Amino acid sequence: MDIRTTGGPPTADEVAAVDGLLGTPDSLWEGGRRRPADDHFARGGRAVRSQRHLLLPLLHAIQDRTGWVSRGALEYACRRLSIPPAEAYGVVSFYARFALKPRGALTLRVCDDIVCKLAGADEICAAVDAERSPCLGLCDRAPAALVERSGSSYEERQIAPVTVAQAADTLRGGEWPDQTLSTPLSPTLSPGGRGGLLRRVAAYDPERLDGYRALGGFAALMRAREMGSEAVIREVTEARLLGRGGAAFPTGRKWESVAKATERPHYLVCNADESEPGTFKDRVLMEADPFAVVEGMAIAAFATGCEKGYIYIRAEYPLARARVENAVAQARGAGLLDIEIEVRRGAGAYICGEETALFNSIEGKRGEPRNKPPFPVEVGLFGKPTLVNNVETLFNVLNIVSEGGAAFASVGTKDSTGTRLFCVSGHVERPGLYEVAMGTPLRELLALAGAQDIQAVLLGGAAGSFLTPEQVDVPLSFEGTRAIGATLGSGAVIVFDESADMKQVLLRIARFFRDESCGQCVPCRVGTKRQEEILERMLVERNGDRSADVMLLSDIAQAMRDASICGLGQTAANAIASGLTQLKVLNG
Amino acid sequence: MADAVFVGMPKRLVGVNIDGREIEVVEGSTILDACRRLTIDTPTLCQLDNLTPVNVCRVCVVEVEGSRVLVPACSRKVEAGMKIRTDSERVRHSRRLVLELLASSVDMSLCSAQVQGWMSQYGAQPERFGAEAATVAQPVKVDNDLYVRDYSRCILCYKCVEACGVDAQNTFAIGVAGRGFDAHISTEFDTPLPDSACVYCGNCIGVCPTGALMFKSEHDMRAEGTWDEGLRGGVHARAARAGQHDRESHLAAGQQRHRGAPLREGAVWV
Repeated sequence: MDIRTTGGPPTADEVAAVDGLLGTPDSLWEGGRRRPADDHFARGGRAVRSQRHLLLPLLHAIQDRTGWVSRGALEYACRRLSIPPAEAYGVVSFYARFALKPRGALTLRVCDDIVCKLAGADEICAAVDAERSPCLGLCDRAPAALVERSGSSYEERQIAPVTVAQAADTLRGGEWPDQTLSTPLSPTLSPGGRGGLLRRVAAYDPERLDGYRALGGFAALMRAREMGSEAVIREVTEARLLGRGGAAFPTGRKWESVAKATERPHYLVCNADESEPGTFKDRVLMEADPFAVVEGMAIAAFATGCEKGYIYIRAEYPLARARVENAVAQARGAGLLDIEIEVRRGAGAYICGEETALFNSIEGKRGEPRNKPPFPVEVGLFGKPTLVNNVETLFNVLNIVSEGGAAFASVGTKDSTGTRLFCVSGHVERPGLYEVAMGTPLRELLALAGAQDIQAVLLGGAAGSFLTPEQVDVPLSFEGTRAIGATLGSGAVIVFDESADMKQVLLRIARFFRDESCGQCVPCRVGTKRQEEILERMLVERNGDRSADVMLLSDIAQAMRDASICGLGQTAANAIASGLTQLKVLNG
Repeated sequence: MADAVFVGMPKRLVGVNIDGREIEVVEGSTILDACRRLTIDTPTLCQLDNLTPVNVCRVCVVEVEGSRVLVPACSRKVEAGMKIRTDSERVRHSRRLVLELLASSVDMSLCSAQVQGWMSQYGAQPERFGAEAATVAQPVKVDNDLYVRDYSRCILCYKCVEACGVDAQNTFAIGVAGRGFDAHISTEFDTPLPDSACVYCGNCIGVCPTGALMFKSEHDMRAEGTWDEGLRGGVHARAARAGQHDRESHLAAGQQRHRGAPLREGAVWV
C-alpha cells in the first residue's frame, strides 16, 4: 500500500519500540531506509498486511516506551504493517488507554467507579493529579489505583487500597509500590472448606510450575487426552455447565459446534477482559492460579480441535498478565502444551469483553461488536470457527474432566449446576471472592461477607440490577435470579448500606455506559448520552418535567434493549431502570 | 470448443412470512430484499445496495419470531420459515426512537423528503429530549476548493468510510475515530483533506445521505441562496436515488462523471 505520511519521522525511541517487536524493516516499502532495489520493485503486500493483528501490541510497545503515541510513531507503525493512517488513527483513538498527547513518564489512574467511590475515591482524585478510571477490578481493596512508568524499562503497578498520601508520593516519584505487598489475595471461601475452584489459591507459588504440578496440576489435561475429545465434550455437556462470563450459554453445546465446524483452522479465545464494574474473580484466578488457566485452555483446545489459542487480558491487570505469560512459557518449556497460546493485552475498553468486539481488537481493529448471526462458532476470530470461554468457565472444565460431568452436576440446582464465584464488595466487613453452590440464597452470601443495614444490592455489576433488602432471599442461580427479573451476570455483588448516596451511584453507572459505548449503533451511542443527561436533570439539577423524564428514560431503555447491536447497549439501561423503580431516589 | 464456464450452483428459493404474507425469495437475500419485493416501506439510513451492510443505524429493525431482540433487515439473511413482523409496536417504537435520537443530536434538515416522511410516519419528536440535549454541532470544515465537510450533519452511517475504502475507492483517507457519542469521521489526526490520502473521487459525497459531505459549489450556492433543489441534483436527489435503490448505482455514476469531467462543475451530475 502506498501510504502517505505527513507526521514527520519517528524518534529513535519509537523506532526501537516498534522494531523490538517486528525486527528491522527490509526495505523502504516497509518503513526502512531506501535501498537501490526499492526503486525497482515494491515489497510488502499480503505478507505485511497479514500482520495487521499486531497493531495493538505495537501501540502498547510505543506507549510503554515513550508514554504516548505520537503521529510519527503511528505512521511508522502504519508503514510497518501496511495500514492506512486514517484507519490506525481510528483504532488508537478508540481505546482509552492510548494517549495521543505527550505526557509525563508517570501516569496514575485512580478508580472512581461504583465501589471505589463509596470508599472515597473522589477525595483522592481531587487531591492529586490523576486520571479517573472505570473499575480497576480491585473492589475487594477499594479505593484502587494503577500507576505506570514509561521508558525503556516499563513498569505498571496496582495499588489497593490507595491513600491520598501514597498517591501523591507515587506521583512525585517516591518509592515504587511493591507488587507483592500491594496485592494481597482476596479472602476466599468455598463450601466445605476450599474444595472447589479456589482450592489452589494461595496454596502454591503462582510463578512455579512444579508447585502447581505438586497439587495435581496438568493431571486433568492428561486425563482429557486419555478420554479423547468426544468424551471430554460429552462430560462437559453432561455437567450442564453454563458459561460464567455473563451470558450463561451452555458450554457443551458451544464446544460441540466448534468441534464439528469443517472450516479450518479453529481458534480458541479465553476472554479475560473482565471489566464489569464490581467484578474481580478472573483477576484473582489468574493472579493466584495462572497455570490452571493454561491447563483449561489446553483442554478446551484439545476437545474442540483448536490450532491456536489467545487469552485476552484487560490492560488493567498487569500482574495477572505477567503470571499467565510466565505460566504459558513454563508449561510450553516443559512440553505440556501442544498448541500455541498467545497472551494479548487489552487497551481500556469495556466493550472488548463482548466476544466479537474482542475478535476485532485482537485483529488490530476498533473494538466494535459484529452483528450476530453468524455466531463465533462459525465465523469468529479471523473469520474462522472460534471457541470463546471465560476464565471461570475454563476453571470449571478442569473439575468436570477430573471428577466427571455427573458429579459436577450433583452440586447446585437442576438448571444451574456447580458452584459460582461471587465478588462481594462495597459496604461489607469482609469484601472478597466467595465460592458458593448455585442456588445458595443471597442472604447467606451477605452474611458470610458481613453486610449490615442494607439499603440495596447491585447484582451483576453495571449491566445487572438493584435488589432491595426484601429481595435478598433470592437463590443465586440463573433461574432464581431470572424469576425476579435480575441476573447473576458476572458475579458482582455490590452492597450499599443506608449511608450510600444512591443517586450518585446511578449517575456513575450512566456515565460508565456513556463512556464505554463503542458508538457504532444509534440506540446505544445516543441513548446512553441521553440517559445520562436526563438522569442528571432529574437527580441533581432537579428540574424538568419529572414524569415526562421517567417516560423518556423508559422509551430509551426499550429501544436500547431491542435495537442495539450487542449486549452493552441491550443492558445499558437495566441497572438504572431497576434503580429508579426499586430505590427511593426520586423522593423528596 | 470453448471451455465450460462454471456459473455457480443454482440458488434455492426460501419461503418466509412477512406481516402475514408468504413470499419466496432467493437464498442469501436479506429481509430487506424480501420486504422490498412486497413493497413494504422500510426505512434505511446506513444501507446502500452497493455497500457492505454495516447495520449500525438500526432504523430498519424488524421483529423475527423466536429472536430475543429486534434484527436489522438490511443485513439479516432470510431463513426458511422465518416469521417476520415489520409493523409491530416494538418495531415502530425502536424506529421512532432511532429517528428521534438521531434528529436530536444531528442537523438532519438536508435529508431527503423520504427521510422527513419517515420522521412524521413514526411520530418522531426529537425536541422532547429538551433544549439542553447535546448535539454534534461544530464548525463546517472548508479546507479545500472542492469538498465541504459539515459534520454537524453527520449521522455516522459509515457509508463514506466504506466508499473511500474497500467497497469502492480503496483510498482509505477517512475512518471512524473516537468512541461513543464522541465517535466521528476523521482523517488521521484530523489533518486537512489536502494533506490526507484523499484523491477527490467524490464517492463519499455520492453516498452521504444527510448533506454532511457536499461539493463546495453546492455549499456556496446554498449560502448565496442561488441553489435550486428542483433544477440541480444535490443531496436530495442523490439520497432519493439511494432510497430507491437505483440499480444504476449513483455511486458508479459519480465515479464515471468525475473521471470524465472536472469536479468544479459541482453538483450537476445527475
